[in-house]
Amino acid sequence: MELLVASAVGILTAAGVYLILRRRSFPVILGLSLLTYAVNVFLFATGRLVTGAPPILNKYKEVAYTDPLPQALVLTAIVISFGMTAVVVMIALGAYLSSRDDGTAMPVEADGAEEEA
Amino acid sequence: MSLFLIAALPFLGAVFPALLIRAGRNAAASAAGLTTLLAFIGLMLHIPAVFRGETVYAAVDWLPALGVNAHFFLDGLGFLFAAMILGIGLLIILYARYYLSREDPMGQFYSYLLLFQGAMVGIVLSDNILLLLVFWELTSLSSFLLIGYWKHLPEGRQGARMALTVTGSGGLAMIAGMLMLGHIAGSYDLSVILQNKEAIQSSDLYLPALILILLGAFTKSAQFPFHFWLPHAMAAPTPVSAYLHSATMVKAGLFLMARLWPVLAGTPEWFYIVATTGLVTMLVGAVIALFKDDLKALLAFSTVSHLGLITMLLGFGTKIAAVAAVFHIINHATFKAALFMTAGIVDHEAGTRNIKRLGGLRHLMPVTFTIGMVAALSMAGIPPLNGFLSKEMMLEETAHTIWNGSHLIVPALATVAALFSAAYSFRFIAHVFLGRKRDDYPGHPHDPNTGMWIGPAFLVVLVVLIGLASAKIAGPMVATAAGAVTGGGELPYYSLKLWHGLTPALYMSVAATIGGLALLALHAPLQRIWNALPRPEAKTIFDALIGAFTRLSQFVTEGLHNGVLTRYAAIMVAFTVAIGYFAYRGGTLGTETRQLQEPGMLPVVGWFALVVATLFIVAKHRNRLLALVLIGVVGLVVSMAFNYLSAPDLALTQISVEVVTIILMLLALNFMPKETPVETPALTRLRDGAISVVAGLGAGGLIYALLMRDFAFPTISDFHLANSYKGGGGTNVVNVILVDFRGYDTFGEIIVLGIAAMVIFALTEAVLASKVRAYLLNRKPDLPQAGDSHPLMMVVATRVMMPLALMVAAYIFFRGHNLPGGGFIAGLVAAIAIIMQYMASGFAWATERQRYPYHAIIGSGVLIAAATGMGAWFNGKPFLTSDFGYLHWAPLEEFEWATAALFDLGVFLAVVGAVLLALESLSRFAWQPGISSEHAMDINPARDEAAKTGTEG
Repeated sequence: MELLVASAVGILTAAGVYLILRRRSFPVILGLSLLTYAVNVFLFATGRLVTGAPPILNKYKEVAYTDPLPQALVLTAIVISFGMTAVVVMIALGAYLSSRDDGTAMPVEADGAEEEA
Repeated sequence: MSLFLIAALPFLGAVFPALLIRAGRNAAASAAGLTTLLAFIGLMLHIPAVFRGETVYAAVDWLPALGVNAHFFLDGLGFLFAAMILGIGLLIILYARYYLSREDPMGQFYSYLLLFQGAMVGIVLSDNILLLLVFWELTSLSSFLLIGYWKHLPEGRQGARMALTVTGSGGLAMIAGMLMLGHIAGSYDLSVILQNKEAIQSSDLYLPALILILLGAFTKSAQFPFHFWLPHAMAAPTPVSAYLHSATMVKAGLFLMARLWPVLAGTPEWFYIVATTGLVTMLVGAVIALFKDDLKALLAFSTVSHLGLITMLLGFGTKIAAVAAVFHIINHATFKAALFMTAGIVDHEAGTRNIKRLGGLRHLMPVTFTIGMVAALSMAGIPPLNGFLSKEMMLEETAHTIWNGSHLIVPALATVAALFSAAYSFRFIAHVFLGRKRDDYPGHPHDPNTGMWIGPAFLVVLVVLIGLASAKIAGPMVATAAGAVTGGGELPYYSLKLWHGLTPALYMSVAATIGGLALLALHAPLQRIWNALPRPEAKTIFDALIGAFTRLSQFVTEGLHNGVLTRYAAIMVAFTVAIGYFAYRGGTLGTETRQLQEPGMLPVVGWFALVVATLFIVAKHRNRLLALVLIGVVGLVVSMAFNYLSAPDLALTQISVEVVTIILMLLALNFMPKETPVETPALTRLRDGAISVVAGLGAGGLIYALLMRDFAFPTISDFHLANSYKGGGGTNVVNVILVDFRGYDTFGEIIVLGIAAMVIFALTEAVLASKVRAYLLNRKPDLPQAGDSHPLMMVVATRVMMPLALMVAAYIFFRGHNLPGGGFIAGLVAAIAIIMQYMASGFAWATERQRYPYHAIIGSGVLIAAATGMGAWFNGKPFLTSDFGYLHWAPLEEFEWATAALFDLGVFLAVVGAVLLALESLSRFAWQPGISSEHAMDINPARDEAAKTGTEG
């Protein structure tokens, strides 16, 4: 189990980083999403892997629970990463619509214009 | 008046001139003058206490844990400086009113001047050295504004930059030195530091602290080799030069050396560094001053020279030299401010301050001539003026000073400096005012109106009075201030009088005066020789140095930050990996304490699906739609994994977020190219692949190492598990953590989410207001569109599902405290229920039926959460302390109520609002005329039937 999770995190990270290094905004967004999965699973896994022991208290008998804290952290992280993805998507879309170019690099001619300003 | 108020008044007053300038220049000047006067009077009220030798304190603890406190104190030294700063400030405010022309923004000038004044007063009144540092930096900044006040002059801008660079970097050094000093003394309060002489001087940090503090003081007080900024700062308007560069800012370094004199002085290091620097500065400044043709440059270098004199006296480390230093600080402030103002008057009226073009002005400007002559003679050290007295004391001290075994070197060099000092003072009189009247002045020289000469005249009266009756007029002040400098105790015998008998100092004085007259007579040939000599030009060196630094930082910036985003990302990833590797090599890895768990069939299948999908995304990412579908697969597997690994809350959240994220990306992709072209060469892709693989190995290896070991430290989760039900009233520990234990985090998080949605909304507004709008309106879809965009089956199905989905949301919301669920998940489910309506019947149709703006929903969510948190205050508890209890209403079962549920409602509303606002904003891009339909679906048999009967009927 540990091997599966660790390798999945590794593969998601590698794929995410590779896509982030592309030169168009859409693959970068995809890469960010993959990296988000990797980070969330990573954080979650710091509570160690336990099956069948959700942190829902049982009032009637003593049972084992998994670590709830990473779960609470990751839950908000998932929602926040939606917010982040949405903003990045919006910026990418706005940039594409404004310049009809979805490259992530700063256009060369814009350099000079910025210095003048 | 409280010291707080005295220090704060100039800052408060700085607002008025800027506001009142619309009411006229007199109003602005009066506002500045009145505030200064008020502070000055407040200061004067402390005279009785200060002259009794008492110290006035005013203290408020601010950050006691860091040693940063608003502690002020007023002793003789602080009083002397504060009186000079505020008193001369008053004269300068009056003078500037008449000096500045109609075109100059006077409100701005007075605001800057008061800011500077406040910073200076702050320095001299601060007890806490960290507070002092803040004021110190403020003087650098405000003097930058003042020196560069004439923004249209390139010299002004360059001079201001140079002053800021030099004094600012000195200030940085001083911060380090002061921190060391505070560290040695164990307190950042001067009143404590000054009691710790032995501890400080025996510390290993004494020398580094001394050097760093002196760097700050020397740069500020223009000591050699940092003296070069002062002449360039003369591009400032003359009132600024008169104020900053004679009486106040350049004296700040002297003040600091005097302030710390009791603990820093008296060691050989102090003597050789401070006294030598002072001596060299005194000599170099005096020599250069003689050969300057610009009146203000002459005065600037003479100021450098006199500052060197005072520094040297402080450097001697004897109490009697400290007395002389204090006395000369007073005298220099009086005659030098008067001289600067005189130079300003000459410049103002004659139209030039080039000595070569002046002369003979005594007939045309008798008042100015009198003022200038008296002040210059005092600077030359001619009896019976005050400059003579302190110069005598200085020469007397040098006569007793042994420098590296030599009895002669210090007095000889000091006499030479005094000689040059006399020479340039005589030149100031002779070449400007004496001589024949000329007929080629650029202006029409005449005496200015009273407002302009009254200030320098007042100072000159002081010059004469102190000279004639020094013991009466300056005596108590000198004694009190010198007592504060030397740190209490008896002052040695000294007397402030003109005639001390035939002392060595008198001979030296006579020699200097005669030599000065001789130099004046020989000035023309000497200046030719001087001009022919090669000299290092400070500005060229400074510019070259700054240029080199600029090129270096440009080189580094260009290399790292060249506008190619992928490069930043690659650098960041590579750097992170490198840090990780460094940590791995540097640390030790504990032994594995956990066993591998045998995975069942299901996890292996899930893993396989995830890996294949991920690899396909990478391989096929150019087909964007396909990649999006595959990313959905990854998200699904991740949520299933959460569920399998005992995290039902996460699974629910992940899967609902997945839905909205994919919809969001589909919306965006609608407007973007559907394919990614191949741009990077294979080699680059190979390199990126290598970086990614290393990063993946790092992340995977790290988590594997973690998973195989138990917690290194006791976990705080046990506390949460134990107190979730007892303290928070819920059995779903994750939810209780979110809404209770870590409620503050969650509160922040929903605000961030709300802000993200607002950013998206704002960006949409901005993009749609630009010319993009025209493009969007004329845009033809690049893919074939569905014939029936609002299909009957979908509309009907989503209508049926909406109440069901909302019910599910409500259920998830309410059970969240005890079972998997809660505000986040419920919010996402409710948002999806509404999004389905948008998808089925179209954006326009749904928007018309949307009654509450999403901004308001986000806002109400945040407000409800905040109000719930504040409710705890009425219970006498801190923000966000939750409460719960049980109610039993007759026919119902007993049920639980918890304030956390109200908080969770806030979370719910914020999530609903944020998700919908984000998606709604993106949808607005698709709006085109004619796209909206008043009907929920395009083809509706019932409507068609009704229409038919309607036409028939």
